[in-house]
Amino acid sequence: MALAESRARGASSAASQLPWLQNLNPAAVLVAVVVLIMPAIASSFVLTQIFGWAYMLGTIALSLMFLAGYGGMVSLAQVTVAGFAGYVVAILGVNGVPGGRGWPWWLAVLAALILSTVVGAIVGALAVRTEGIYTIMITLAIAAAFYYFTNENYAIFNGHTGIDGIPTPVFLGVDWHAPIPFYYLTLFVAVLCWLAVSYVSRAPFGLALQGIRDNPRRMAALGFNVNAHRVAAYVFAALIAALGGILLVWSYGEIAPGAVSVSAAIDILVIAVVGGIGNPIGPFIGALIYAVLKTFALDVLVAFGLDGNRFRLLIGLGFLAIVFFSPDGVIGLWARWRNRLQAGSAPPQKAGDGHG
Amino acid sequence: MDSVAQRLSAVGSANALELRGVTRLFGALAALVDVSLTVRPGERRAVLGSNGAGKTTLFNCITGDFPPSSGTIRFFGEDVTAFPPQERIRRGLRRTYQISALFPRLSVLDNVYLACRGVSRGRYSFIQPRRSDALVHAAENLVQAVHLTAIKDRFVAELAYGQQRQLEIALALAGAPRLILFDEPAAGLSPTERAELIEILSSLPAYIGYIIIEHDMDVALRVVERITMMHNGRIFKEGAPQEIEADPEVQELYLGGGHA
Repeated sequence: MALAESRARGASSAASQLPWLQNLNPAAVLVAVVVLIMPAIASSFVLTQIFGWAYMLGTIALSLMFLAGYGGMVSLAQVTVAGFAGYVVAILGVNGVPGGRGWPWWLAVLAALILSTVVGAIVGALAVRTEGIYTIMITLAIAAAFYYFTNENYAIFNGHTGIDGIPTPVFLGVDWHAPIPFYYLTLFVAVLCWLAVSYVSRAPFGLALQGIRDNPRRMAALGFNVNAHRVAAYVFAALIAALGGILLVWSYGEIAPGAVSVSAAIDILVIAVVGGIGNPIGPFIGALIYAVLKTFALDVLVAFGLDGNRFRLLIGLGFLAIVFFSPDGVIGLWARWRNRLQAGSAPPQKAGDGHG
Repeated sequence: MDSVAQRLSAVGSANALELRGVTRLFGALAALVDVSLTVRPGERRAVLGSNGAGKTTLFNCITGDFPPSSGTIRFFGEDVTAFPPQERIRRGLRRTYQISALFPRLSVLDNVYLACRGVSRGRYSFIQPRRSDALVHAAENLVQAVHLTAIKDRFVAELAYGQQRQLEIALALAGAPRLILFDEPAAGLSPTERAELIEILSSLPAYIGYIIIEHDMDVALRVVERITMMHNGRIFKEGAPQEIEADPEVQELYLGGGHA
């Protein structure tokens, strides 16, 4: 499977690692400047519907990247965890459904994060005894079960209708629902999660996870408890997915079973794979491509006299092309292009290469 | 569960390894039959036998990769028969694999670092190690001991075969090993690399014992004090290298009579 072949880059030796700032490369600085000044150059629509949305989807896809890229575990239940967190915020916080609990937003968020780690641990405990395609199957089953449950259960999840009337909180004197504040809020969370994943990948926990990906049996023969380590990875990934899910609920002001459907789960998988699961920046690139395609493909298709609802066809074709030409996603294309530029003059490649 | 006091008293007096009636079945196939074996602390022993004699299965039972179907295994006095592999490793047991079992997408140093981390606290730490971290130092020293310092930042997937075999040994030396199981460490090595291997094995501190599976008699005879012969899942002879070499039964079965 193409996912498994994707190489984990962004790995430099624990001991020979350079301090943070020295690792900055010009492309990263350029991207940082562009995303920071984006509100000055882009319309509210582009700000929230393209970039804000990409940051939120990218954060959820990042949780999958962490599990798949570093842990070798492809979980289709990351959307389920994100949606679960969204539902907790919707149910416990202020909402438009009669009989709402009306907890303050921060308490609802805290509850959502804590409960999501519990759900992550349960999903992990069920999934870690399986390998490869069976992990995909069992997490798919969990995702489908949760979708149908939310669809049928009216007592808690308000069934097919879902829960609406969820306000984006106002704090620090800022109305975070306004386009520019919300853009920065999503950017902040995305960067925070990206930094956390990048950092943890070089900490003992993340290194050991990569060791488990490469050879679980040997990791046990080095003194590691492989299954406990995998469950812990699911818990960490659940926290990240939950943050993305909470932002999505605030962005829409509502949540319905469609948010945790199997097709939503597959979208996140596509985003992670298209962007590249070898590097934490990959999911955000994938999410940006997805957001652009989903927003504009309709107009493009209509312009060519085709049914606008076929935008998924474009995404599907793009997915095929990427997986066919580059198993490491867009990030892999970039790395190969850069290596080709360096080829010839450069010394043999070191493990430290490829830090985004 | 043994008390701490029992465990401590066991450390001083007990054998490093004690197998009693260990049998391992794979369906109808008996890979190990009633194997009993005692290894003293610091003892260096070779296990010889033809393919399918049960040597690697023996290692797998000792490390817990496969539990034995019956029998007991004691490690420095403690009954570890029901322990998962990581619990045995944390008590000072190590092994290498016949086919290199490394982490190809991590660097050489990271491979050894994981081995050091696996037998110490902080396996779940979210904090990156500093350059001055004691375990990073330990890992660097081990990399040096197996002559891989020049390529410590390379991905293991890019290493030559002989280098991967050396890295296998470095992983087994991490932490405070008390007994190491080497599964054909010399297989596929060049004569120079074999000489290096012999040097590494004979320079191990005296308190580290090992059991080595080795087809190359020249390697085995130089690094062990005792030999166990296996055939069809059973132990059929045990003794000093000279006795084993001179034994007519062994010559017929294993050495084919032609070996000097």
